[in-house]
Amino acid sequence: MNRFLLPLGLFIVLLGFLAVGLNRDPREVPSPLVGKPAPAFEVAQLGDPAKTFSPKDMLGKVWLFNVWASWCVSCRQEHPVLVDYAKSHGITVVGLDYKDQRMDGLRWLAQFGDPYLLSAFDLDGRVGINYGVYGVPETYLIDKAGIIQYKHIGPITPEAMVQKILPKMKELEK
Amino acid sequence: MRFLALLAAALLLSGSALAREAAPLADDEVVEKRLVVIAEELRCLVCQNESLAGSRADLAEDLRREVRGLIKQGKTDQEIKDFLVSRYGDFVLYRPPVKSTTWLLWAGPFVLLLVGLAVLIAYLRRRSGQVAPAELSEDDKKRAEALLKD
Repeated sequence: MNRFLLPLGLFIVLLGFLAVGLNRDPREVPSPLVGKPAPAFEVAQLGDPAKTFSPKDMLGKVWLFNVWASWCVSCRQEHPVLVDYAKSHGITVVGLDYKDQRMDGLRWLAQFGDPYLLSAFDLDGRVGINYGVYGVPETYLIDKAGIIQYKHIGPITPEAMVQKILPKMKELEK
Repeated sequence: MRFLALLAAALLLSGSALAREAAPLADDEVVEKRLVVIAEELRCLVCQNESLAGSRADLAEDLRREVRGLIKQGKTDQEIKDFLVSRYGDFVLYRPPVKSTTWLLWAGPFVLLLVGLAVLIAYLRRRSGQVAPAELSEDDKKRAEALLKD
């Protein structure tokens, strides 16, 4: 009996490793920017090319920085959630229209609703690169001091909103 | 007549303008070669099993553009890698750096090898104690010699 205990033990350890490893999503790459100041930039706004937006305009506020694009399919899944929570919970969301055409972006907002305080317009994707964006949609939670506190990769589901993002925002508002 | 001469001159000029050696596909071959060397070592985040050099994803193209820009600014390979790591994390490197969180990754195989060797040596020692070397009797020796002589 004893001679089977060691292989069995090793097998169970291996099973544990596989269970953890296989349940992880390799698409979710942890961002090194969490805990660091949001990278500075200044780009034109989507709605008004004459006006610019910079993250330092938002100092003193807790806000979401949501990267989206009209060509992004999973943004369509996420968008109603943002529209809903921006209206019902009054959360501040700034958009970044990533590598998009201005007309397409504006049309998209007109069609699906605009949950954003404003959208910054990142034509060449440079702002995205500075934020480590590798797949749209991605959302950053930025605190009053301009520090990135959390990054959500992929579309925000109502569960993610209620269980993760809203509690964190409430905590940071204090 | 004058018009014809002018026309001929124009044609000649345009001919010399067109007949040039084929330009290389990249603006600057030196930059492009360094770009490939660096990008081979970096992972594309969209197609995670492709290098930044080989990927045709949009993001890879943008990142190659950034790296090209950094090369032209005269940055070192390390500075360029740091630029990407500060944005995307160690995940972009195909060779993870040795640090406290990756210590197990680098040393693990060698630790396992040592453990295996230790188990093997212990096992062989124990066995050599158990199995007594077979003694040959006098008769067996004689038989063996007789067989060998044949």
